[in-house]
Amino acid sequence: MTDLTKLTIAEARDKLAARDFTATELTESYLGAIESGNEALNAYIAVTGDIAREQAKASDAKIAAGEARPLEGIPLGIKDLYATKGVHTQACSHILDGFKPEYESTVTQNLFDDGAVMLGKLNMDEFAMGSSNETSFYGNVVNPWRRNGTETALVPGGSSGGSASAVAAHLCAAATASDTGGSIRQPAALTGTVGIKPTYGRCSRWGMVAFASSLDQAGPIGRTVRDNAILLKSMASVDAKDTTSVDAPVPNYEDFIGKSIKGMKIGIPKEYHMDGIPEEIEALWQQGIAWLKEAGAEIVEISLPHTKYALPAYYIVAPAEASSNLARYDGVRYGLRVPGNDIVEMYENTRAAGFGDEVKRRVMIGTYVLSAGYYDAYYLKAQKVRTLIKQDFDNAWTDGVDAILTPTTPDAAFAPGEITDPVTMYMNDVFTVTANMAGVPGMSIPAGLNKDGLPLGLQLIGKPFDEGTLFQVGEVIEQAAGRFEPSANWWSK
Amino acid sequence: MSVDLNTVKRVAGLARIKVDDAQAEKMTGELNTILGFVEQLDEVNVDGVEPMTSVVETTMKKRADGQSDGGYADKIVSNAPVHEDNFFTVPKVVE
Repeated sequence: MTDLTKLTIAEARDKLAARDFTATELTESYLGAIESGNEALNAYIAVTGDIAREQAKASDAKIAAGEARPLEGIPLGIKDLYATKGVHTQACSHILDGFKPEYESTVTQNLFDDGAVMLGKLNMDEFAMGSSNETSFYGNVVNPWRRNGTETALVPGGSSGGSASAVAAHLCAAATASDTGGSIRQPAALTGTVGIKPTYGRCSRWGMVAFASSLDQAGPIGRTVRDNAILLKSMASVDAKDTTSVDAPVPNYEDFIGKSIKGMKIGIPKEYHMDGIPEEIEALWQQGIAWLKEAGAEIVEISLPHTKYALPAYYIVAPAEASSNLARYDGVRYGLRVPGNDIVEMYENTRAAGFGDEVKRRVMIGTYVLSAGYYDAYYLKAQKVRTLIKQDFDNAWTDGVDAILTPTTPDAAFAPGEITDPVTMYMNDVFTVTANMAGVPGMSIPAGLNKDGLPLGLQLIGKPFDEGTLFQVGEVIEQAAGRFEPSANWWSK
Repeated sequence: MSVDLNTVKRVAGLARIKVDDAQAEKMTGELNTILGFVEQLDEVNVDGVEPMTSVVETTMKKRADGQSDGGYADKIVSNAPVHEDNFFTVPKVVE
């Protein structure tokens, strides 16, 4: 029965419809895989077997009645950042201890309304702040990938590290994730999976634990481009509860899969050739260019002159917004409370005990850059730089560019503890953060292995609300590169 | 720009995070590294550039000015560490 976990969502959907197996059997396969594999990977921090079995049973009834919905019976993992009614929701922070929401996030509700099954909640960097899943209160997530011939644990990337690891290790058919500076695409690249951050406003943020509200966006991580297309169709919606969600029709993204890219103009931004990037990344990029050229695309060099300022501007905007969003964790309304002699000391003790080091750092930076006398020099300036970054992209679209191809990350997966300097860790997002700053969609597709046998990803960046083109071009890369799986399943007991 | 130990302690106070001297000392170094990193922005000429307010050109949606939800105070307080009769309970604020 375990081979049911090998299926893509598209395959499982067809076989469920053909009654080759039941939704209950599919869910049991995944619950079995979690039971035997999660101890080694620490991808799930809460497994919701009872809910999953209940939902699978309902799916079987729907299928039997000929009323199957788009995701009927598909078992998913849910990032701990999504509010799930009555279920562990802490964004993997100690400060939200015991929090079980009385409501459901719009994205998970959309998925359930389309028939999806929830297997459990997935580990992540605390409040989505991290690039290696080392900041979670629930411990590190382990990447199912290892360097050839070694048993050294590697990080899965972050912040959606649990999502990426679970998808790569077949502990779920796909997962929800979220991306503020690269938190979907970087872990997807480090685990050989596919992930898309849609356009800002494409998915409702209602019920997602807020990090940086002008940058946060929901998206899926899956094993194929098509599976991402299927999931995003269900996740995206306009929502009265999030005024930044956009009222635009959600296309059937699967229709873009398999369409020719002949004559499409693909931009190669010269500023993404950065010093200190391994040659393998550069070679992979050239390979990607060759594949797209072969498929009939026109390759053009473009310039996005403000690229190098995206990351420093991000480290003003994101902490500033985070310091404001995280002000709500005060020991009063939910989660942890550490007593003090008066209310202020109670706040201070609670936040000192409840937040980890990286979260404290960012709240401190954010508080500082927003404090009296510094607002103009930091926050206002960063928002002006952000306008310039968006203009760079706008110019490319005006020049007729349909999509932009870049590497996803500056390197492959690394070992926990290997990067201790915060700014060096931040460099992981150097290629992904521009899309968040400009609000445009970005997708990572696995494209090759490095000399150690670790996966590397290529990133496609698209026009606002043109996710369809990313699926179209992404599928071409996936077809050319093939799919990538860890060479051995060492994590199952 | 860089921060000194006293500034870090003041900012920690504003952020309502208790720090002891050793932690504040460590944070001073880390925050200065990050502030040094973002200093690159000084190279950018932003004269006449409007600050970004929204990545998507849109007019803020408005809803009718009326009650759309509510009536479940018990649910609102259900996750509070301490609550009483549908009120959040905190240490005494006013003498």
